[in-house]
Amino acid sequence: MYPDDLRYSEDHEWVRLEGDVATIGITHHAQEALGEIVFVGDLAESGDEVEKGDSVGSIESVKAVSDVFSPLTGEIVEGNENLDDSPELINSDPYGDGWILKVKLSDKSELEELMDSAAYQEFLKEND
Amino acid sequence: MRYFANAPADEKAMLETIGAKSIDELFASIPKEIRFNGKMNLDPALSEMELVQFFNELANKNTYTNMTSFLGGGMYHHFVPSHVDQLVLRSEIYTAYTPYQAEIAQGTLQTIFEFQSMITMLTGMDVANASLYDGATACSEAVLMADRVQKKRSKVIISGLINPQFREVCDTYMSHLDLQVVTIPQDSSGRTDLAATVEAIDDNTSCVLIQSPNFLGSIEDVAAFAGVTHKKGAMLIVSMTEPINMGLVKSPGELGADIVCGEGQSFGIPASYGGPGLGFFATRDKFVRQMPGRLVGKTKDVNGKDGFVLALATREQHIRREKATSNICTNQGLFMTMATIYLETVGKVGIKKVAELNLQKAAYLRQKITSIKGVEIPYQSPYFNEFVIRVRKPAASVLAELEKKDIVGGLDLGRFSDDWKNDILVCATELTSKADIDRFVTELEVLA
Repeated sequence: MYPDDLRYSEDHEWVRLEGDVATIGITHHAQEALGEIVFVGDLAESGDEVEKGDSVGSIESVKAVSDVFSPLTGEIVEGNENLDDSPELINSDPYGDGWILKVKLSDKSELEELMDSAAYQEFLKEND
Repeated sequence: MRYFANAPADEKAMLETIGAKSIDELFASIPKEIRFNGKMNLDPALSEMELVQFFNELANKNTYTNMTSFLGGGMYHHFVPSHVDQLVLRSEIYTAYTPYQAEIAQGTLQTIFEFQSMITMLTGMDVANASLYDGATACSEAVLMADRVQKKRSKVIISGLINPQFREVCDTYMSHLDLQVVTIPQDSSGRTDLAATVEAIDDNTSCVLIQSPNFLGSIEDVAAFAGVTHKKGAMLIVSMTEPINMGLVKSPGELGADIVCGEGQSFGIPASYGGPGLGFFATRDKFVRQMPGRLVGKTKDVNGKDGFVLALATREQHIRREKATSNICTNQGLFMTMATIYLETVGKVGIKKVAELNLQKAAYLRQKITSIKGVEIPYQSPYFNEFVIRVRKPAASVLAELEKKDIVGGLDLGRFSDDWKNDILVCATELTSKADIDRFVTELEVLA
């Protein structure tokens, strides 16, 4: 449920780093809390500069909306266009096909500030 | 739903159930020091008989209803079929408030769905909302919606011929936004200057807002405005104060509008003292998530049966909060119901007939006026049920003289611009008789 090779933020986003490009999505906990996702909107566009903590999009379920916050500072390189037609991918495959954005990092040290899988699961238990 | 007041015995039983000795006891938590202990400064109560007499006296001061009126300019006199009052006065319809657990109020939702459907049919658009408060706020919401859709643009182009009251409300709504607003002047035909619009539109333009028929009664070339607007990636908003025109004139949707909005008072709602009104709002499917207001959808329940729900609630403020498409979380339920009854009573065939009658009466009025020496018709553009006439002295004085003859000659346009000091906006609807028009023309001839 919380892959070991990923880093996690307190806003329930996960990060997978490949070179200096980080792929971002929301965790299993987040997709379960939101329920059936019906729309992903306002996604930041390629070329947009984002700072850690900036809102980079919103995820809608039937009765709720949640902002997606960038856990890292950098430049957006790609958004997952499949989410336009199939927003439910976030529910069915949150760490794979349900990825949301790819960001080119400007400061790799920010990754240290994120939690690893064990720390995130501890965080979930504490805040339940 | 019948209403029975609580008798003392009912109150006593309720208090016993909740364990309170008196109703006053329920307010015990309010400190004595801040309680009002005097007598309310109200006149003594009137009996129903005295109350009726009081209001009759007030109502009799209203001499307007005895006059022949050619007044339009934002609200219009139309015939309201008896169906409308008879059905809407049913207490379950008349007293119903906006539903909070909407899905339980299937009747209300169905009525809204029918209203929405007819608005899309009339306007030629894909989707309409459950109604807004009035045409002025609907127009303002349209500008705000275009601003949300066109995130990176900040220029708004507004025709100088939209209803001035709508413009005032728009200005209020836009005052807290960082928008560059450009007003387009009229041309010699009484329409919005297209060339000036083309000059003003650029890649930073979020929307172009026109009204058709416009404030001077002229029908704008919506298709042309759609063309120049879309060429620069902006959205075209068409607002209107007289939607009966859509019974005859090509719908703005058919001509390329992105948002169609306006005042629905003409659909079976009395003009009263200038309000309340009924706002309608329609747009294209691709913009639906930015549309304000409540939206009813038709779907199937778990048993496969048809039912109605409130749709896309995530646009609304109780979920989206400060990022909501609007702070409205209701609709103009009662008037929307009356409009629905009206439209369903006249139907597709009737709305066309009503529109034709309006045009014919206005055309007859215009034809008779052309023969009056001293009264000019300044604009030669297509019109629907109102148009401008120009007299040789200030419009206000001519209208004052006509009032002495129990005629409300029209709207003094001099109130809105010094350039229009001698202009009167005259309106004829299906309620205007040939005799009314002939008498008006006779009196005008004397004053011209």
